[in-house]
Amino acid sequence: MKEEGKHKKAKKYGMVINLDECTGCGACMVACMAENNVPFKEDESNKLDSIAWMRVYKLTNGKSYPEADICYLPRPCMHCEGEHGHSPCVSVCPATATDYNHETGIVSQIYTRCFGCRYCMAACPYHARYFNWWDPVWPEGSTKYLSPNVSPRMRGVVEKCSFCFHRYQLAMDKAFLEGRTVLEEDEYQTSCTQACPAGAITFGDLNNPEHKVHQLAKPDNKHGGRPGNPNVFRLLERLGTNPKVYYMSSREWVRQAGDNYLDNEDFAKNYRH
Amino acid sequence: MDSALIPDGVKRCSFGKFALGIIIAGGVLLWGVYAMLLIWLKGLNQTNMNDYYGFALWIWADLGVIALGGGAFFIGLLRYVIGKDELKNIINYAVLIGFICYSSALLILAIDVGQPLRSWFIFWHANIHSMLTEVAFCLSCYFAVLTIEYIPLILENRQINKVPFFHNLAHNMHEVMVIFAATGAFLSFFHQGSLGGTPAVLYGRPFAFREGVFIWPWTFFLFTWSAAAYGPCFTLFVTRLTEKITGKKLVKQNVIDLLAKISGWMMGTYIIAKIIDTWYWATVTATASGFNLIDFYSNNPFYGIWILIAEIVVCGIVPALILLTPKGRSNSTLLFTAVLLACIGVLLNRWVMVLQVMAAPVMTFENWVMYIPSWQEVATTILPVAYGVILVMISFRYLPIFPQERELNS
Repeated sequence: MKEEGKHKKAKKYGMVINLDECTGCGACMVACMAENNVPFKEDESNKLDSIAWMRVYKLTNGKSYPEADICYLPRPCMHCEGEHGHSPCVSVCPATATDYNHETGIVSQIYTRCFGCRYCMAACPYHARYFNWWDPVWPEGSTKYLSPNVSPRMRGVVEKCSFCFHRYQLAMDKAFLEGRTVLEEDEYQTSCTQACPAGAITFGDLNNPEHKVHQLAKPDNKHGGRPGNPNVFRLLERLGTNPKVYYMSSREWVRQAGDNYLDNEDFAKNYRH
Repeated sequence: MDSALIPDGVKRCSFGKFALGIIIAGGVLLWGVYAMLLIWLKGLNQTNMNDYYGFALWIWADLGVIALGGGAFFIGLLRYVIGKDELKNIINYAVLIGFICYSSALLILAIDVGQPLRSWFIFWHANIHSMLTEVAFCLSCYFAVLTIEYIPLILENRQINKVPFFHNLAHNMHEVMVIFAATGAFLSFFHQGSLGGTPAVLYGRPFAFREGVFIWPWTFFLFTWSAAAYGPCFTLFVTRLTEKITGKKLVKQNVIDLLAKISGWMMGTYIIAKIIDTWYWATVTATASGFNLIDFYSNNPFYGIWILIAEIVVCGIVPALILLTPKGRSNSTLLFTAVLLACIGVLLNRWVMVLQVMAAPVMTFENWVMYIPSWQEVATTILPVAYGVILVMISFRYLPIFPQERELNS
């Protein structure tokens, strides 16, 4: 009975990324590409048309030595909730090719339904959505190493991070066979979370107080999941996208870089908690 | 050679001259068709669009031609529903221009999608929350209305009209045209509006986002309003251009004057609304997201504050004032300048609402990203212009587009 009750409560999968621990090694990007059959070009130097579901940005505080400081910021899809699941991209897709799953809080992309209008890309302020400008070309023999759980995408459709949703499906299948309906925290983890050598990424159910992500972010669901932890912030909080990826840093300039502020605004005063 | 097809009582250039014009425009058209085929066969990698510029030149062209083609619905509304009878002398041309603009928009959309063969998904898997869904439905329906409005004009060709069935069909279609004009105005209100809503609902893009009433952002109304104001200016512009090229007077001055005056009032009121919208957006909406107005117009090589001044003052207030004064309307050069500025103004507005939205950074650690279209994008954008020129040439030569032409040139 207790487990059934838990099952009814909607999950809200999300991440907390500790920016003080991220070294910018890019292991999360590599793991993500391998896990999700992300296509690549022979020449990846033009980042404006190459696909990276997880992209690591380099931020600087703009100061010179000895106050110079840098920060690496990994950016997957934010799986925005918006208001009642009207995330920026989901609400605009004309063909319902992207969907907000109210059971998990994950924003999906249906590749076979997307017809490539790219309105969702225009809507996403995080640039988390990527268009397949080319058909994927896999080096000879490498198709054997593609993941059978993730369908490769064709030219002309949009793709993005799915929080490794296939892993969720596999975990749920396993749980079902074992007569369970609830997953343990470690049963469903994204590939980037597991690949991070610094352990900077924490993934889990933000609605579950037993999960570490909940304890780190302390989301206030009455206010769109706004973080309760003063060191935790979300990118572009003020836009109301209500992302489910949280960032953590003890450095104020890093937290301030997460959003836009007017010159006359007092960051400390306006920093919402 | 083709004199039997030319309307009674009007003079046209020699067939050789006409054919040469068609060949030149046809050459440009073929260049565009070649680029279109390249894009369909090889994909959108033929363009200079990228993951930051998901919307680019084509979406601007779409929004632009739909605004310029707005003359068809608004003049139709004025002529058939409101009863401005003088406008019957320019409505045919407005319908033709509208037909060209809307067919061009549909063609560009068919090129612009990554998987063209799946375009029907927009109807089959329609998301009722998406502005693009509304655009697709209303645009398709309105194109059907424009086709219905264009058909009686074709049936009035001298030879076709000799067939009793076609003659009666054209007559009866004219009789019920008020229904189609009203339907066209209704559909246009929604698709022009939803095109205005397309950028304005992007609440993740502070440059584009607008508040509004119920589900409609303010630009929903501004786009409809501007299409009604600037669309007739394009009709006037093309009419004047046709007069210059053919060396004939085609529409009486009182008709031009009436339409210019209505456009002037529409433009003047629109510009006031646009200024209020810009002021509210700059001081309330954008600042709530942490942006000052100047943030959207600085630190980049192209998008300076000049673009806002050009749109609102030079190509908005100035032409509105010219069109609102009898002296401005009666002076041929001033009138031509005003309608030309107006056309540039509405195209500038659509450019800003598409391209600048993509260019402006939102995350603090990103920069402005500029974009220059590839030749394939340019060619496919010029393609509809060439197609339009050809259709105008053929229609002008063989169909009685201008009812006053015979009288004015006798």
